[in-house]
Amino acid sequence: MLTVGALTHRELAARLAGPGLFLRTGPFTNCIRSNISYLVDGVAQMYGQYAIDESGFADFHVQFRQPGGWRRWFRPQVRFDHDGLTPFEPLPVDQAFPMLEWMLNYCVSSRAHGYLIIHAAVVEKNGHAVILPAPPGSGKSTLCAALVSRGWRLLSDELTLIGLDDQQLTPLPRPVSLKNASIPIMQAYAPSASFTRSATDTAKGTVAHMRAPDVSVERAAEPARAAWVVFPRYQADAPVTIDPITPARAFMRVAENAFNFSLTGERGFHALGQVMDGCTSFDFTYSKLDEAIALFDNLRVAPR
Amino acid sequence: MTPSLLLATLRDPASSTSLTLPQWDLLLRQAASAKLMACLLCLLDDAGLTGTVPERVRPHLEWTRVLMQRHAMAVDFEIDRIHAALAGLGLPLLLLKGAAYRAAALAPARGRMFTDIDILVPKARIGEVEAALMLHGWTGNEHDAYDQRYYREWMHEIPPMQHIRRQSVIDVHHAILPETARVRPDPAKLRAAAVDVPAVPGIQTLAPADMVLHSAVHLFYDGEFTNGLRDLVDLHRLLVQCGESAGFWDSLPKRAVELELGRPLFYALRYSAALLGTPVPASAVKATEAAVPNRLLLALMDALFLRGLQPAHASTDDRWSGMARSLLYIRGNWLRMPPVLLARHLFHKAFITRAPVAA
Repeated sequence: MLTVGALTHRELAARLAGPGLFLRTGPFTNCIRSNISYLVDGVAQMYGQYAIDESGFADFHVQFRQPGGWRRWFRPQVRFDHDGLTPFEPLPVDQAFPMLEWMLNYCVSSRAHGYLIIHAAVVEKNGHAVILPAPPGSGKSTLCAALVSRGWRLLSDELTLIGLDDQQLTPLPRPVSLKNASIPIMQAYAPSASFTRSATDTAKGTVAHMRAPDVSVERAAEPARAAWVVFPRYQADAPVTIDPITPARAFMRVAENAFNFSLTGERGFHALGQVMDGCTSFDFTYSKLDEAIALFDNLRVAPR
Repeated sequence: MTPSLLLATLRDPASSTSLTLPQWDLLLRQAASAKLMACLLCLLDDAGLTGTVPERVRPHLEWTRVLMQRHAMAVDFEIDRIHAALAGLGLPLLLLKGAAYRAAALAPARGRMFTDIDILVPKARIGEVEAALMLHGWTGNEHDAYDQRYYREWMHEIPPMQHIRRQSVIDVHHAILPETARVRPDPAKLRAAAVDVPAVPGIQTLAPADMVLHSAVHLFYDGEFTNGLRDLVDLHRLLVQCGESAGFWDSLPKRAVELELGRPLFYALRYSAALLGTPVPASAVKATEAAVPNRLLLALMDALFLRGLQPAHASTDDRWSGMARSLLYIRGNWLRMPPVLLARHLFHKAFITRAPVAA
């Protein structure tokens, strides 16, 4: 199996600039094309352990190019192109790698309707997964990054993919997105992990990505079953608290975080019902990562 | 111009069984660009070929199936809501295009995805219809004074109305071509010939020949060719289905003359047969002879339409495709407005209207 890391930097740049890098992430292959060095560097640093798909078939085709003309010199930009369509405004060129990550998420959430797709992080240990749905700013990604640096397996930090027919959680391990104050916190908390350079002044503030643990990527083909749904909330200096949520309320709160709940109709409704029947759900407040992880490590699976 | 895999597959779905994975990759991209993914899915389903599709490709068909089923449900619901909103007016609900195909369960409805529902009402009743729709939650979303004037004075429809909660869009037409166009088929004739949808009392579609002519006008009088191939597929399927009824091929050219739409019908038959292999009887082709453009113009039109009707995807473009689309855009507007008005309109769109986000 050819991996991104097996290519030299020059070979990687040539693929990205030419026919495209057919990057395998979870169940999808993304054909990525770009001549932007920030993006080449980010891919080299974050995706070394990922397989290159040599079948010639890609699920998503994305292109990131720098518009020419005077824009090349004055505040250079990156423009996203989804197989000929440009659904978003260009961004400053140093945000090319975060943009790649957002666009790969966009491709999945707007197309892959074989799954009920929840805007949630999802991690697994001992065969039991915990789904962490939460609005931006709740500390979901920070908690996810901390958990996967302490032995939990990363399924995804953004997109929980629930099979419509089998209700299994399909892993889509990719770099974990960190914002603002979480960046130095995670760099100190997981000093052996690899982080991208920080892109400043994005729509979400300063953004950096943490490389997914190798073992999570190696096990990307192993699905998991959900055992808990936890709605995290970071609150400075707060003690760890957990408050159970009734199943019906939890169901609705997860559905509100789904990208395609309405689109998948009855099938999505039943799939989510099955998942929630197998889960215990609670609200969770924390301030210290070690305390949070100790609590997660002691979660007990509810008898079915 | 590389031959389009999509066209080849539309003509002969069984040819897909010999495609390699890279060819499937390209086929899916062409189909998505042409908004024909669901159409492709239905063709494969109908030909019993879904099982032969490579495993890597299958998820894309299943994702499309989810969208298609949701779309069909949403369209049925919208038609029902519009029907209820207009119930008190004593007018039949006359649906056009996609919604009409769906309501009457016609061949082009299979796998056709669209965003707007189009209806045709008498011009004298537009105010009442607009008011009734507003009472039921639809509201105009064109606030620009120029656009208001553009629609209300010159066009054949009022500005699109969008439902405030469901975001669904309805286009209320009083004719099938703008007030300013070179030809203006009499909408009263179209309404008089409209036919009831058997399943739902009070809902109508245009008569079969009129439906074909409207589809042809829409395609060959419009400047936007982004959905050109999709619209040609509609025409092809309508022609194949309606052509099975006795007398259809005799009445179609006659009706075209009556409505001054001989030229668009000629183009419709020519390009549908050329690109999709529509079985058009020789007698029908002969009956449109009076509308054939001169040889020079026809050669130009062939060059433009045979490019404009390719899937809107970079892989099917040649060096002339961009120019062909620009010329078709100008031509479409030329047919819809007199030159001075057109110049004014294009000037306004180019320099005064705020540019939308590129899509």
